[in-house]
Amino acid sequence: MKPILEIQNIGKRFTIGHEQGPYLSFRDKITDLFKASKSKKENFWALDDVSFDVQPGEAVGIIGRNGAGKSTLLKVLSKITPPTRGRIISRGRMASLLEVGTGFHQELTGRENIFLNGSILGMRKKEIVSKFDEIVDFSGVEQFLDTPLKHYSSGMQLRLAFAVAAFLEPEILIIDEVLAVGDAEFQKKCMGKMNEVNKAEGRTILLVSHDMAAITNICSRAILLEKGNIKMQGSASDVVQQYLLQASKYTSSGIISAENASGTKAVKFTEIKLFQSENAEKRYVNSIATSGNVGFEVTLENDLPHHVKTYIAITVFDNRGNKLFTLDNLYTNQPLTLHTGRQTVVCVLQDLPLLPSHYFVNLWCSDGYETFHTVENAFKFEVEKSDVFQTGKIHNINQHGFFFVRNEWSAVN
Amino acid sequence: METASKREYVIGPDNTSFFNWKELWDYRELFYFFTWRDVKVKYKQTALGLIWVFLQPVFMVLIFTFSLRMVLNYESSLPYPVFVFSGLVLWNFFSAGVNNAGNSMVSQSNIIKKIYFPRLVIPLSAVISAGFDMLIALLIFIITLFFFQVPVNLSVVYYWPAAILITLIASVGAGCWLSALMVKYRDFRYVIPFLLQALLFLTPIIYPITPRTSIWVTYVMAMNPMFAAIWFFRTPMMFDTTPNTLLLVSVISGVLLFLIGTGYFKRTERYFADLA
Repeated sequence: MKPILEIQNIGKRFTIGHEQGPYLSFRDKITDLFKASKSKKENFWALDDVSFDVQPGEAVGIIGRNGAGKSTLLKVLSKITPPTRGRIISRGRMASLLEVGTGFHQELTGRENIFLNGSILGMRKKEIVSKFDEIVDFSGVEQFLDTPLKHYSSGMQLRLAFAVAAFLEPEILIIDEVLAVGDAEFQKKCMGKMNEVNKAEGRTILLVSHDMAAITNICSRAILLEKGNIKMQGSASDVVQQYLLQASKYTSSGIISAENASGTKAVKFTEIKLFQSENAEKRYVNSIATSGNVGFEVTLENDLPHHVKTYIAITVFDNRGNKLFTLDNLYTNQPLTLHTGRQTVVCVLQDLPLLPSHYFVNLWCSDGYETFHTVENAFKFEVEKSDVFQTGKIHNINQHGFFFVRNEWSAVN
Repeated sequence: METASKREYVIGPDNTSFFNWKELWDYRELFYFFTWRDVKVKYKQTALGLIWVFLQPVFMVLIFTFSLRMVLNYESSLPYPVFVFSGLVLWNFFSAGVNNAGNSMVSQSNIIKKIYFPRLVIPLSAVISAGFDMLIALLIFIITLFFFQVPVNLSVVYYWPAAILITLIASVGAGCWLSALMVKYRDFRYVIPFLLQALLFLTPIIYPITPRTSIWVTYVMAMNPMFAAIWFFRTPMMFDTTPNTLLLVSVISGVLLFLIGTGYFKRTERYFADLA
């Protein structure tokens, strides 16, 4: 069978002018004429010689750090921007979902927006009419169908947008990171729908996500991009594991780099360390034994000229990208007031009931209104084998799950 | 797009210089929805709604009648308000069409960065939604003709569709050109109103061409598609002799504007998403 998509030696070059914005103005052109040296321009290859095939019915995940070229690849595939080199042969009707609710208009009603958005996504009017009831049902906003969109909550808008997209019936579906939004229940519903589209209906899916669990759940194959090149491809779980381990190469030091970070950066993380305390003495470690008193020590820098109340979240993932737990002072209701400059914060855990494996940490901080700093893969640590129950028997992560729980057994009556 | 199914296509860096008409036809429903949205949104939140379509040309006619009649040496068989109105029906279409279309690519950059469709759909639908207002203005104009009891030569009423066609071609050409330029140079945001204002006074809309007007001045005026459009539109009401060469110059300028405008648009459209 011929591949449904053949990507052959795709390259995309952007020219970065260092002295100008993304668009030009006549004034710049005119002042350039009088300048002795032309403003310096630099070529940047967002994609460089990328080739791969996709078979009909496959679900392929595309992963990589920020700036690896994932979104550019999707934009080239969906014809939004042309490649500078190479070519793509496509043998099926393609629909791309780089954003939910593209073209939604705030003044129009929900009903009107379903038609507008469906049409922008490439659905025929006939198709939208025939699926209209299902779309409304999936979105769960039937009461507000004739209300202008501007009166919808952001969650409702998202549901409506997703509902329209869920009923697209292309042969190839291209999705960028759209699962990152919405409440957990709705995300689950969307994941279910995507699995159904791929497995039951046999449609081809290309998915870009930072959510490694979504990649391993939906995709059979994954492609790891790095600096515009394919670094690795293979089964989704292998590639995800490799990516996380490789990412940890940068991160086991605990120093936070600017990569994989976003937010306003008014307050930002500079360092994270894991420590184990024995007799009130702290020991910084990268690998710890299961159980025992441990904690995270996080250093932040407040660039604001005043004190700021800060919420910090530390999320721990396993090596398949499953989110295991989050330590968050919003939930313990212990907001921390940070003064201007550097400050270190400590989060002490009574127990770390993780089974031996590698783990990865994401960081997030906010004042409760805006996100200051989000860092993906900020830190990696290892949990060593240790004889928790002092029986010589040690739990195994492939067999027993993720955690150990202290337990006592006795026969009753 | 069912038709596109099973068809193999290639995405590459090469660029063809012609529009893919078949693809444009495949996207005709999107074109309809964009036009429908523009019309709907325009009148949705206004208290008077559609009445504005009536009021806009009527006010313009009143203003020009009272302010210019005293100054101008107007002598014609046509009552001055009817004369002005006959010019404004198409001028307002052209002006709104060029303005909407010129701004359309930048104002919808969020859509063009996220999804593919033939980009021409955007400025085209912007022009057509302005045509909706024109049809209503035309209706009021016909009522005005009855009101002033203007004799109309019905045997040449086919000049009207010709006039509308020239206006359409000119607005699409200018609109596409300006919208593509604006993606690249934001300065055109300020150029468009200035250009339209200048053109309003350079076209014989609110004043007639008299035998006293210098022939050179008239030739310069004729290098403007709206000159012919408005002349054709007035033909059934005014029994002036037609200066054929002037009209030819004007029609050619309209066709050139269309070809250059859409050509420039086609040449640059693939990079809109990178620039917008």
